[in-house]
Amino acid sequence: MSRFKILALLPLTVALSGCNYVVLAPAGDIAAQQRDLVIISTVLMLLIVVPVMALTVLFAWRYRQSNTEARYEPEWDHSTSLELVIWSAPLLIIVCLGALTWMGTHLLDPYRTLGRIHADRAVDQSKAPLEVDVVALDWKWLFIYPDYGIATVNDLAAPVDRPINFRITASSVMNSFYIPALAGQIYAMPGMETKLHAVVNQAGTYRGFSANYSGAGFSGMHFNFQGLDDKGFDAWIASAKSGGGSLGRSEYLQLEKPSQNEPVRRYGTVDSDLYRLILNMCVETGKMCQSEMMAIDAKGGLGHEGLNNTLPLAYDKYARRGTALGPEPTFVAGTCTPDAPQGRTTASITAPVDTAPLLGAGLKRPTFTPLKSSSFFLGQRPKSDS
Amino acid sequence: MSPDLLKLIFGRLGLESLPLHEPIVVGTFAVVATGGLVMLAGLTYFRVWGYLWSEWFTSVDHKRIGIMYMILGIVMLLRGFADALMMRLQQALAFGGSEGYLNSHHYDQVFTAHGVIMIFFVAMPLVTGLMNFVVPLQIGARDVSFPFLNNFSFWMTVGGAVLVMASLFIGEFARTGWLAYPPLSNIGYSPDVGVDYYIWGLQVAGVGTTLSGINLICTIVKLRCPGMTMMRMPVFTWTALCTNVLIVASFPVLTVVLALLSLDRYVGTNFFTNDFGGSPMMYVNLIWIWGHPEVYILVLPAFGIFSEVTSTFSGKRLFGYTSMVYATVVITILSYLVWLHHFFTMGSGASVNSFFGITTMIISIPTGAKMFNWLFTMYRGRIRFELPMMWTIAFMLTFVLGGMTGVLLAVPPADFVLHNSLFLIAHFHNVIIGGVVFGAFAGIGYWFPKAFGFKLDPFWGKLSFWFWVTGFYLAFMPLYVLGLMGVTRRLRVFDDPSLQIWFIVAGIGAFLVFLGILSMLMQFAVSFLRREQLKDVTGDPWDARTLEWATSSPPPAYNFAFTPVVHDNDAWWDMKKHGYQRPLTGFKPIHMPSSTGTGIILAGFATAMGFGLIWYIWWLAAVSFIAMLAVGIGHTFNYHRDFDIPADDVVRAEDARTKLLAGAK
Repeated sequence: MSRFKILALLPLTVALSGCNYVVLAPAGDIAAQQRDLVIISTVLMLLIVVPVMALTVLFAWRYRQSNTEARYEPEWDHSTSLELVIWSAPLLIIVCLGALTWMGTHLLDPYRTLGRIHADRAVDQSKAPLEVDVVALDWKWLFIYPDYGIATVNDLAAPVDRPINFRITASSVMNSFYIPALAGQIYAMPGMETKLHAVVNQAGTYRGFSANYSGAGFSGMHFNFQGLDDKGFDAWIASAKSGGGSLGRSEYLQLEKPSQNEPVRRYGTVDSDLYRLILNMCVETGKMCQSEMMAIDAKGGLGHEGLNNTLPLAYDKYARRGTALGPEPTFVAGTCTPDAPQGRTTASITAPVDTAPLLGAGLKRPTFTPLKSSSFFLGQRPKSDS
Repeated sequence: MSPDLLKLIFGRLGLESLPLHEPIVVGTFAVVATGGLVMLAGLTYFRVWGYLWSEWFTSVDHKRIGIMYMILGIVMLLRGFADALMMRLQQALAFGGSEGYLNSHHYDQVFTAHGVIMIFFVAMPLVTGLMNFVVPLQIGARDVSFPFLNNFSFWMTVGGAVLVMASLFIGEFARTGWLAYPPLSNIGYSPDVGVDYYIWGLQVAGVGTTLSGINLICTIVKLRCPGMTMMRMPVFTWTALCTNVLIVASFPVLTVVLALLSLDRYVGTNFFTNDFGGSPMMYVNLIWIWGHPEVYILVLPAFGIFSEVTSTFSGKRLFGYTSMVYATVVITILSYLVWLHHFFTMGSGASVNSFFGITTMIISIPTGAKMFNWLFTMYRGRIRFELPMMWTIAFMLTFVLGGMTGVLLAVPPADFVLHNSLFLIAHFHNVIIGGVVFGAFAGIGYWFPKAFGFKLDPFWGKLSFWFWVTGFYLAFMPLYVLGLMGVTRRLRVFDDPSLQIWFIVAGIGAFLVFLGILSMLMQFAVSFLRREQLKDVTGDPWDARTLEWATSSPPPAYNFAFTPVVHDNDAWWDMKKHGYQRPLTGFKPIHMPSSTGTGIILAGFATAMGFGLIWYIWWLAAVSFIAMLAVGIGHTFNYHRDFDIPADDVVRAEDARTKLLAGAK
């Protein structure tokens, strides 16, 4: 492999030394294997691309009109043996590339746990992998370290040679979580979880960012990823812990509001349930969690009574929704949530649910007062910075 | 007036909707408005309105409609390219704490508009225009199957373009990227009119595209002249057939997915919302089920053009006609099996990803075969390096690079590190400019003498060629490099100062392309002024091979006085070889379709309806919709749909050609 690498990189390094080709020279084993595939595939294809380009130039030159020496056969338009070559040469290349693709895709599936931490080092089973929960917010990144009980904004660190398990979601729109030096990207989507397994092999500071356009503050949505030795990582955790600050549900609801070019922030303590709530779109008190909705649906749903649940499901909250053609819709609001089993709200942000009592199995329709929907949305999404 | 009444009349349109606070937009508006007024005044002064209306706007002649498509494409190219220059400038400036000169509100609209305009209103009209002009001539037909529909399709495309252009000065365009992924494009996160402009611009134009696809399929299947079996059709006609099959099969998907998005935005459904069980991933799948065939819709006709050009200018039969045809058909079918490669990173399993990766690679086999076929068409030929052939060589050298990076991106693990990066941007510009744009230019140079009776000026053409080719490489090779440095797309500002040099080089490249576009406009102007020197009276200036060259340049309204009979591929070459004698007597009256203004009126109402829906001006939308129905029904009572060109007129036209031909000898 390394021979390929050197061959392919040689012209580039000579011409462009000093630039940071992070995709071609990453610091993590996964990204390095992805880089290897990039290079092997390129070399494989060059086997056919180079001759084609050379033949194009050669034929164009040799059979130019002014060269009357060259043979001219205006009626020659078929050759079975040539056709055989024409179709089988690309086919052979694609067979090789296809095999490579099938293996590479499975081995480098971001959902697959790591089998090694470096080309010549197996995973150290005595060390548990580092768990990091990643949330793409408008327009910053939240990282939660559930094992350490800390959280950071736009700041990520991991110990060298320890596998990292990322669980990734988002709060509002699609983003893509990408640290080129560490591993390939994967989308971050609200209400859904994607996964990434990776490891960093060299200490250093690398760039991470969103690779999928997500709105006005997208350009500023980047962070530094630090690969630290074990001691450095412990110190990093300790400094985050001692820095104080706590991230609970109400702080999160403040944090997730759109903002641009956010500085690094650290929280010494974090609500241990926060990530699950974010993923299930129910951080706000009064919202039903997706998991609960799915549990109800799995049991056959609530039928017509399920209509009663509509209000606690509303999540896209920055603008009035879908009412261009008529008056604002009213929602049934008489229901309850796991946090407020009697319909009473407990957190500082109050959701406008009424206090009709829970009726239990069979779920008779509770009495309710329809609310103007605008009263529970947080207000218009702020216009961008123009 | 009360706010309620104002709201009833103007919807959400108000004075604050005009972008008066954006100096760049105001300046552009001033220039465009002045230019437009000068043009309108000129048209009025020279009294050409009547001529334009009766001979062009209401014409159902496929040749004129084709030419109007080309004009639309070139005009919109200027707008789309202005966006490109703005982006390049912004990205070259915004370093080291500088914010550049565009705020995110403006910049995000610019890159969205650039993509939408270049695909829907530049590439599509250029490709459709060439097909419209050439296909009926190549198959020896007098017009397309449904001439009125053709006129209507064109004006619907214009209507879409008008809506997109209107967004520049009234309100704003989408800030979502060219495919408007929800949830970002949904009402919760894009409550403004931008996405509505996007939706209705594409819906109005999409009607035109779909109908034009149906029309051309019918034309190719039903109107071929005697003797032209499917396997004797020129390759361009074959690619046009496959492209239109793709259009008819894929554009309805786009229509539906945009309709679902507008239901989400207008009536509060939850197809693509985060909550209430909506799934944005469904949108991404649906839009790419349209989007991937779309790239083949664009590139297949370009392949057809290169086949015609290579064969003509090599003075040789096309090598491997049959395998060329099968390759085209295979690409057509496979193009529906690869859409997921646009989002390997959305979290599909490894087996799904590798399936779509491998199907994508398989497409490169027929494409590679085509490349070899062009190569062996040149082999043992006598190649004349006229401009269309130069574009073809440039295409062959450029496209293999783009194809190679495309196959690379089809390897899912490689895509994980290159997706959404500038490497990807470089790749698709590499294939779209190197394939579609070069193809369209080759086609323009090749068929221009057929359309107007004089060749294009070679000096300005070559200048344009070299500016374009060097400009392209300067503009996009740095993007490949930047992609390998992990730089992604749609960024407005950058931190790392070492990247700036690459953006500056890319900016210079874009400027060279700009000079290429200017040279091309110059080429049209100079050629028009020198049309007497550049005149071609033979109707066959390139010593070409297919039927369109059998008639005069420009062809008469009826194309062929007698429907030709075909005995071989390369029908016209075959006719010339066997000493074909042009018939000089025995002309009969020719049955032709009449012009009608219904198409332009219908499209005008459709555009007004789109505008009403964008701004929530419900009365306008309703009135326009009813007017459309009324005009449509009214048109069914129009019995003046056809006429006969009297035999005397045919005799006169053909005698004039006889004289010209005699003079040429």
